[in-house]
Amino acid sequence: MMAMDRRQFLKIAGLSALLGLGGKTAFQWLAPGEAEATLQQAPMIAGKKWGMALDLNLLDEEIMSKCIQACHSYYNVPNIGNPKEELKWIWKETYEHSFPGQENEFLAEKFHGRHFLLLCNHCTNPPCCRACPTKATWKREDGIVMMDMHRCIGCRFCMAACPFGARSFNWGDPRLAPKALNPNFPTNPEMPTRSKGVVEKCQFCAERLAKGQMPACVEAANKIKPNAMVFGDLDVSDSNIRKLLRSRYSIRRKPELGTGPNVYYIL
Amino acid sequence: MYDRGKIVTGIVIGLLLFLFPVFYNVGRAAKEPDPLLTDKAKQAKECIEPKAVMTSEHMKILDEWRQTVVRDNMRDYKSTNGKTYYKSLQLTCMDCHSNKTKFCDQCHNYMAVAPYCWDCHIAPKENG
Repeated sequence: MMAMDRRQFLKIAGLSALLGLGGKTAFQWLAPGEAEATLQQAPMIAGKKWGMALDLNLLDEEIMSKCIQACHSYYNVPNIGNPKEELKWIWKETYEHSFPGQENEFLAEKFHGRHFLLLCNHCTNPPCCRACPTKATWKREDGIVMMDMHRCIGCRFCMAACPFGARSFNWGDPRLAPKALNPNFPTNPEMPTRSKGVVEKCQFCAERLAKGQMPACVEAANKIKPNAMVFGDLDVSDSNIRKLLRSRYSIRRKPELGTGPNVYYIL
Repeated sequence: MYDRGKIVTGIVIGLLLFLFPVFYNVGRAAKEPDPLLTDKAKQAKECIEPKAVMTSEHMKILDEWRQTVVRDNMRDYKSTNGKTYYKSLQLTCMDCHSNKTKFCDQCHNYMAVAPYCWDCHIAPKENG
């Protein structure tokens, strides 16, 4: 048998490369869409995309406290009294801690010393959901990053994955939280508490939305200052939130990480 | 056989220890469970499904509820009796069966099953 010469080798290599390039097209023709979906791990968004806009000119410390109180009492989130074991669905933070990398020494005076209201960003591309080994947290088709406490095994991978610190771990039974700090716990007998060893976070009030109600924090804020917080569908171009975002300048937390936060802050 | 006496005694003592629970519990059968219906449950006359189905299948129904509610956001249960119920252990089931200790716990204790529903879900307050 004759050994392959240089010319033959190049011909075969060239042909193989051409076939290889055609491979992807063939795959698409045989199984349309599937290749992309498996390659990108695309989030399951179909049509709807819940989002929130917080107007920081209207939200003062008192309203923010009311929002936190409304949320935490509705969802039976106890005050543990120890910052290391803190449970929070919505909380206050300074400008430097809310928007790291954006701080500078000539920051507008109105942001000095004031707090921002932070919550789960219900990211378009949530890293927590990719980290979860049991699919206890996943992205719903309406954009909500949901938690299934029945499935959570408490591994806390999601907490490590979340760049916003939006997730809290139950180090102990929340019903054993100090009575002095939680006199009427559980505050809402219609909602469950959580158990020891699960992770919890804001769920954009998924079961309130199912009943046609606004999230608890939005309701509490707007009772005091209308339009202080706007909740709506970012996928509908004439929704309240889209109209607001069109007309006002807004920023998001750590957009450079590419998670696509859906909570907007109007300055 | 060497040490026959010691071995036989050992076996007898071992057997006695092994069978101790049987002798100890002879004639002391656990009380049969007697789940008690509240007045509200009695008045309603029917649960979401016929009684026989509820007795044998309630755990499967509840498991299906928690899956479909939390994961699929489908919160209404179409019963075979034609009615629609809001799928919620805490709000729907415990609304009628508000006596957990005298209803749920009766059979669960007898069967030595410990469902962890109540680690999170809040049982209604019972008086007395």
